[in-house]
Amino acid sequence: MNGCNHNPRASRIHRAFASAKEQQRPAFVAYVTCGDPTLDRTRQLAVEFAGAGVDILELGVPFTDPMADGTANQEAALRALANGVTLRHVLQTTEALRGRGLELPVVLFTYYNPVFVYGVEKFAADAVSAGVDGVLLVDVPVEEAQEFKPAFDHAGLATIFLVAPTTDDRRLPHILGLTNGFVYCVSRSGVTGERNGLASGIRENVARIRRLTQLPVAVGFGISSREQVREIGQFADGVVVGSAIVRRIGEGGDTDEMVCRVTEFVRTLTGQFIGG
Amino acid sequence: MENGQTSTYNVPDNTGHFGIYGGRFASETLMPLLAGLAREYEAAKADAGFQEELSGLLRDYVGRPTPISFAKRLSDYVGGARIFLKREDLAHTGAHKINNTMGQVLLARRMNKRRIIAETGAGQHGVAAATVSALFGLECEVFMGAEDMRRQRLNVFRMRLLGAKVTAVHSGAKTLKDAINEAMRDWITRVDDTYYIFGSVLGPHPYPMIVRDFQSVIGKEARAQMQEEIGRLPDVCVACVGGGSNAMGLFHAFLGDDNVRLVGVEAGGRGTGLGEHAARFRSGRLGVLQGAKSYVLQDEDGQIAPTHSISAGLDYASVGPEHSYLRDLGRTEYTVASDSQALEAFHLLSRLEGIMPALESAHAVAEALSLAKTMAKDEVILVNLSGRGDKDVHTVAETMGVDIGAI
Repeated sequence: MNGCNHNPRASRIHRAFASAKEQQRPAFVAYVTCGDPTLDRTRQLAVEFAGAGVDILELGVPFTDPMADGTANQEAALRALANGVTLRHVLQTTEALRGRGLELPVVLFTYYNPVFVYGVEKFAADAVSAGVDGVLLVDVPVEEAQEFKPAFDHAGLATIFLVAPTTDDRRLPHILGLTNGFVYCVSRSGVTGERNGLASGIRENVARIRRLTQLPVAVGFGISSREQVREIGQFADGVVVGSAIVRRIGEGGDTDEMVCRVTEFVRTLTGQFIGG
Repeated sequence: MENGQTSTYNVPDNTGHFGIYGGRFASETLMPLLAGLAREYEAAKADAGFQEELSGLLRDYVGRPTPISFAKRLSDYVGGARIFLKREDLAHTGAHKINNTMGQVLLARRMNKRRIIAETGAGQHGVAAATVSALFGLECEVFMGAEDMRRQRLNVFRMRLLGAKVTAVHSGAKTLKDAINEAMRDWITRVDDTYYIFGSVLGPHPYPMIVRDFQSVIGKEARAQMQEEIGRLPDVCVACVGGGSNAMGLFHAFLGDDNVRLVGVEAGGRGTGLGEHAARFRSGRLGVLQGAKSYVLQDEDGQIAPTHSISAGLDYASVGPEHSYLRDLGRTEYTVASDSQALEAFHLLSRLEGIMPALESAHAVAEALSLAKTMAKDEVILVNLSGRGDKDVHTVAETMGVDIGAI
């Protein structure tokens, strides 16, 4: 069994899913690119999200070459990079949020090179002490997981992997065996970004994962409406919304109004659950 | 001694690693496709029919073997070692790139893919991909940085004439790296019907191996041709290194010949500051970019640095992982030629030999010129003239302050 309880960091994630399940709703994972448009705004959004029904905060680490991301997240990364935001700032931001009492589990979504250059062991230790719960290295598949898995396990940092529609039955057990926290199921083959409707086969893919693991399964990539959130909630443990939020941050810019509007949008996505 | 080292030289391993380099740093969606491609390639390699079809096309369509030319007037001008040129500029489409696209399009056909995508920097790989797509009636889309489209507009038009769609990439520095990102994004989105013809010894496994193998025909031919022409092997082989496919293609057959120096030439650009060149081995450090671990030009936070070279094909922040591996082994060495040195070599070769080299290849010629000066007259340098320079005429005119339209 993949013991998410054995990992102290995974347990904050575990509790988030457990409490959502208790309330008979999917856990809501909100993605923002850290430092977009500024680190201050990211901190504000995180605090607002905690009161808007978000269960897990996913912070994107800006990278110059976000190969797996669509336009919205690419542009967000550029905005953050233009402010000089780096991996160190992402860790500092997490630490500052914990200092303000943020209880949400924080998961980093990052490409490998910034982590590699930071030093995998140092990163794992610093991430844990900053209050990061888990990390998804989007361009490190299980075949290369020895790059970071021992260090992350040692530090107690949950390792989250993607399962894609193309993932075959031979790879799936291998992925699940290395995963803690939750399984991130990609709704369709493609980059991050908003899409209309739900991909066919996503329900089956989640069912296929469930047969092999007790870990919670969250669905992401392309989710942008309350309707999609509701639909996915019928068969998955969690929903990840990224680009739809990120696009609104980009449109709103570095303003208080942006924070209000984005938070309102997040409420419309989670809203059905707040009222029970 | 002949091939003494290659008998034990067996990289990458089956996980795509060249020692600590290479690997498969790709998102999960692509991993099953990469594994499938590796399987298909192994099957094709063992399939005599596939090999026969490929060598027939290389002979009858590409025009192989390409000749070796003795650059007599250039050698006399320098007054040192004799310089020979492996004439990949005479391959169909004007560069070595078609050796690889021909091999990969046959793989695409084996895999029943109807749509070809490719990235391109200088446009030579894009033209070669568009060419083989036309030959086999496949849909083709080429991703190209907007900056590269500007400086290689002749190739953009060529691709369109060949029936390919050229998609401008406006992200990042709008050069090769950004084109690869966009091609990867397209591939990840259209996994079912699309085959991605990678153009260099870069990217996730199995691409660095596949491209190397398809390009190794250059060195195999050159090795035999030198034996035939001068009765021995060259003392030095020189090739430019962007991703490193023409260099790897030339070097590979010579790896076991310990007396043959193998010299790769990176783009020294216009200065030594980060962003002014593409000299990965001089200023880069270990990193992971676009699927492989290798030397990468980057800042202290692991953000990829912008690069500059007058030649679009060398303007890239990382280098093929096998080059890094061979460099560690001490089997290959790397140096740089600046924009101005490459331009000087471009003019010299044009005037002295009647051969207009691609600006990429001109970097190799520049290095050969400085090496030749230090060598004896009975010594021999073999330069891989990886492409012809027609595509660069606009760029060269700009550096001369000439408005072609006003001539």
